[in-house]
Amino acid sequence: MSLAHRIIPCLDTDGKRVVKGVNFVGLRDAGDPVALAARYNAEGADELVVLDIAASRDRSPTFLETIRRVAAELAIPLTAGGGIRSLDDARSVVRAGADKVTVNTAAVARPELIAELSREFGAQAVVLAIDAKRVNGRWEVMVRGGRDSANRDALAWAQQGVELGAGEILLTSVDRDGTQIGFDTLLTAAISRAVSVPVIASGGAKLPEHFAEIFSEGAADAALAASIFHDNVQSIRDLKQYLAARNIEVRLPC
Amino acid sequence: MNVTLIDYGAGNVTSVERALERLGAASQRSTSPACLAKAEALLLPGVGHYGALIRALDERALRAPLLAAIQRGVPFLGVCLGLQALYETSEEAPELRGLKLFSGSVRSLPATVKLPHMGWNRLKLARPSRLLMGISADAYFYFAHSFAATTMNGEAVALCRHGAEFAAVVEEKNIYGVQFHPEKSGGPGAQLLGNFLRLAA
Repeated sequence: MSLAHRIIPCLDTDGKRVVKGVNFVGLRDAGDPVALAARYNAEGADELVVLDIAASRDRSPTFLETIRRVAAELAIPLTAGGGIRSLDDARSVVRAGADKVTVNTAAVARPELIAELSREFGAQAVVLAIDAKRVNGRWEVMVRGGRDSANRDALAWAQQGVELGAGEILLTSVDRDGTQIGFDTLLTAAISRAVSVPVIASGGAKLPEHFAEIFSEGAADAALAASIFHDNVQSIRDLKQYLAARNIEVRLPC
Repeated sequence: MNVTLIDYGAGNVTSVERALERLGAASQRSTSPACLAKAEALLLPGVGHYGALIRALDERALRAPLLAAIQRGVPFLGVCLGLQALYETSEEAPELRGLKLFSGSVRSLPATVKLPHMGWNRLKLARPSRLLMGISADAYFYFAHSFAATTMNGEAVALCRHGAEFAAVVEEKNIYGVQFHPEKSGGPGAQLLGNFLRLAA
């Protein structure tokens, strides 16, 4: 009896449609979020993350409608984020049906946002998303969709975020994102060992071996991927069977 | 069957409503003592802070009608914080008093493990359970909490372990509680809610 390692598909949306790029650029259409959500719910995904990666003020009503429609398809937890700048933004996302919210750039700009969200919704509902890039032998926090450096150490920022009340870290390797050469196990293990909360690894997954590696060597509690699931490169069902056969605890779909 | 959802202004009540809807059960949100007095079945969903839940119950004068309904035999299901509220106190807000339907207290899970206890875990059956009827012993349920009833007694029909053993499912007469989120726990969660609806019918 122990906690299962989670497999989490991620829908990066432009508000309405699922999009996917390499290293955060070159976006292309990857499908309807509602149809994909229904498919992943049925295939045994452990949670779903929906991000508005082109977040802007005028897009948010569209995104909220997407959250409502996605949530209606799910009997598993839903995390939503992208462009959440305030408690009010987070409230509307939760009211639309999200169980957890992720914050990234806005929390770097104003860390107190994490504490405000944690007080209102509880730590279990606050996911701090960190985009980290290897620069001069350390991991630097990147903001604005991985484009700009925040001149901040990723390990220190993760620890500060947890102290402020984040209940989970969604850690994306900017170097690995979209490359399909495997998760960044060094980065993930470093962050996972530095914080007391669960860590979701993201960026670079393709093969079942990559998932096995991130759970064992990377000490990840959950692993997130996008296009390999959208494009049927990897089925969640087969992936979980592969992991179970290697004695990695996963929740096998019924 | 009409389920009254106690809405105290926090968390994602919508997902519980949707889960009941899928099972063909009508539900309505209630924040008034009068609605509790007429309820056929009660569900207290809970996410967030224990203090916020207990304060909301008292500020909205819901404690007395809720206890009266439970004593009348109205089936009650507490989810997550809704289970924790059944005990005497919680370390999360030691100055407040719980519903005291069960003796014992809610404590923080130990810092030797990652907290919150977040994700899918399995149960250990302590005695036959009505809520878990027909559900595989290997089924996983979705948990998201840092505090738990670790000083449980005979009311705990199923246990879970994360750093310490705690009450995952409690049952006594018409009082039911689950520490996990059945509305987020796929097929087994839906079956558990269906079992509650049948028990309440």
